[in-house]
Amino acid sequence: MSNKTFNAQVRVTLKNGVLDPQGKAIEGALGSLGFEGVNQVRQGKTFDVQLEASSKKAAEDQLANMCEKLLANTVIEDYAVSIST
Amino acid sequence: MIAAISKICGVTPLLAWHTDSTLPDSDLIIIPGGFSHGDYLRSGAIAARAAVMDSVREVAEKGVRILGVCNGFQTLTEAGLLPGALMRNAGIKFVCKEVKLSIANNRNPFTQGYQLNEVIRCPVAHHDGNYFADAKTLQQIEDNEQVAFRYADGTNPNGSANDIAGIFNTKGNVLGMMPHPENLIEPAHGGIDGRRLFEGALNLLKAELA
Repeated sequence: MSNKTFNAQVRVTLKNGVLDPQGKAIEGALGSLGFEGVNQVRQGKTFDVQLEASSKKAAEDQLANMCEKLLANTVIEDYAVSIST
Repeated sequence: MIAAISKICGVTPLLAWHTDSTLPDSDLIIIPGGFSHGDYLRSGAIAARAAVMDSVREVAEKGVRILGVCNGFQTLTEAGLLPGALMRNAGIKFVCKEVKLSIANNRNPFTQGYQLNEVIRCPVAHHDGNYFADAKTLQQIEDNEQVAFRYADGTNPNGSANDIAGIFNTKGNVLGMMPHPENLIEPAHGGIDGRRLFEGALNLLKAELA
């Protein structure tokens, strides 16, 4: 079976309860720009990954593995994987 | 760090490259500070996955003493050799100053040269030194007496949980710390409080006392 190309997005965010001083600073800056009603800002990361895999499931498994091993630090971060095409 | 070790024990340390697959036979392995791989992704994250870390993990298992300072501490947590994580400083700013450390456990080669609860001076220079571990892990670290150093006298520069500045692994042969003891080892530095850490780790204390 030949491999297909998948375009995936990996979203890495700080776990709930983990202090995010950068998010707090951004939140403050939004306030000083006059944006009202911003309750909270949490900063995260996204990775656009293009990869070859035999199936969508195989691609998802591989991406989850990448997150566990490198893209996320699961002590402090959660991750979510979505495959667009 | 190389200059400090050379001055303290009179031997120039051997260097290991990140791509090396073996480590020279040694009594102490040090992962020094710096900003490996530009701190990309997370501080220490890429270094923790370097080839040489397999050997570091192997010798750590065997009980070889390993010290990670600053970026070295970040690398050891990222590699899973020490619990928890070092996050962005709570005040967001890079901090470069001198802090006070209290010795939280001196029943270990690294800290044997200090008195329990002794307060020493030590410089820090980092952006990501805010020690974090979940409540359960933090409790385990405290119960196992894995805390080596705490920021003392209100000098916690980064928001670290429980004022933690340095921790041991459960076996006590791996120490990670954010402050830089190697930068306070001779009078020209303005103090020598960092010196005893290396003398302890290198078993030089008894020789001096004898």
